[in-house]
Amino acid sequence: MSFHEQFGEDLALYALDALTGEERASLEKHLATCAACRGELEQLRGDGALLALSTLGPKPPARARQRLLDAAAKEAAEVPTLSQRARKDGPPAYVSARRSWWGLLGWAATFAMLVFAASLWKDNAALRDSLSSASAQAAQSARELEEFRKVAAPIISPEAQRITLVSVKTPVQPQGKAFYLRNRSSLVFVASNMPALPPQKAYELWLIPAQGAPIPAGVFKPDAHGSATVVNPPLPAGTEAKAFAITVENEAGASAPTMPIVMMGTGE
Amino acid sequence: MRTQSDHGLGYVLYGKEQTASLSNPERQGIAPDLVTVTAMKSGDQSALAELYDRYSSVVYAVALRVLGDTGAAEDVLQEVFLQLWRNPGAFDAARGNLASWLAVITRNRAIDFLRKRRPEKEIEDVILSVAPDLAAEADRSRAAQKIREVLGTMPAPQRSALEMAYFEGMSHSEIAGKTGEPLGTIKTRIRSGLIALRKAFQTGS
Repeated sequence: MSFHEQFGEDLALYALDALTGEERASLEKHLATCAACRGELEQLRGDGALLALSTLGPKPPARARQRLLDAAAKEAAEVPTLSQRARKDGPPAYVSARRSWWGLLGWAATFAMLVFAASLWKDNAALRDSLSSASAQAAQSARELEEFRKVAAPIISPEAQRITLVSVKTPVQPQGKAFYLRNRSSLVFVASNMPALPPQKAYELWLIPAQGAPIPAGVFKPDAHGSATVVNPPLPAGTEAKAFAITVENEAGASAPTMPIVMMGTGE
Repeated sequence: MRTQSDHGLGYVLYGKEQTASLSNPERQGIAPDLVTVTAMKSGDQSALAELYDRYSSVVYAVALRVLGDTGAAEDVLQEVFLQLWRNPGAFDAARGNLASWLAVITRNRAIDFLRKRRPEKEIEDVILSVAPDLAAEADRSRAAQKIREVLGTMPAPQRSALEMAYFEGMSHSEIAGKTGEPLGTIKTRIRSGLIALRKAFQTGS
């Protein structure tokens, strides 16, 4: 799917925020309905990023690092804790409502104070439980994150070596492995030995649902070794996958697969 | 198997073609940006420090290039990293690699600062396509050298138009007014300039 060439120059200006007036409004109207031109816009923004990355200069002053970390720590500390929140909220409303009776009904105020004290004691116990639970959850999250790092790094890291093992003397074949978790719409796809493509072309991965049309699941270009990875493309929630397929499309990707299907696999 | 969506990860494409020639020992031990950003989502301040150490020179250089003032550049540097700290979910790898994304965010904030206006674009709205992996400083130096070589081969008026738009935040009509060139010429120069940069990374690397 190629973008509309007549918008090419305006897209370039828009990518640099240099398009103004009616031309800008007109282009934005078009962009709202044209995925291909949005794709070209993202590409042009990436091209613009190269301009930014061409800059050279001195390193920031050493104090800037500590200033940032202090500011981050301060913001983290300013997130109200449960106990702080309870203090901020103040005593229950009924207590302040009865203060006007203090001069007339001392016993009522005393009773209210006793009720309030009991309430505070109870709240305090509940807060201690909540804090304890939150701490346990935080520790669990940290453990899970560390576990995730160990598991994910060899799969998604660009530095990871990818080695495909095949029978000895078997000619090297393109291979793709899709790991899909339907209930989380999470997909990791790893390909190896993929043939190189002509310029302006890319592979597109498709999720073939049990019912309905194929769903785009990521456009990728293999590297010089034929390897590529797609991680968590946007997918509709809870879609059951009957199979995954790969086609060759234009770089911007397509909304429907262009035949032929070059690779396909069904669930194990 | 624990899935990445457990941690709210985004969409990423990795191709070694873009990184193979750039790989070096400096890269050893550098966790993928996505993992570090994910750690930041759980409030890990060491992850923020790690990203700062990796990318502060990029952010500061861009801010300084636009603003030409070290104090203002430092303020933008702080703001960009604090925004990432407050809202790490704004970045996902579908929005380009982190170096490129931060560079664009910084450029936008610096232009806002230059023009004394409120931020015009939320960081979540900055979407750009996948660019070369530039996690290691040596990779960025090589890429920057290559970009400057491409810019060096451009006719001066074309390079100037690109720089006025990108680093000075000028609109095409402002550039046309300043240079005395027709609007159409400015448009053509800017687009072909961007495409030239793109092609340098498609064919070379």
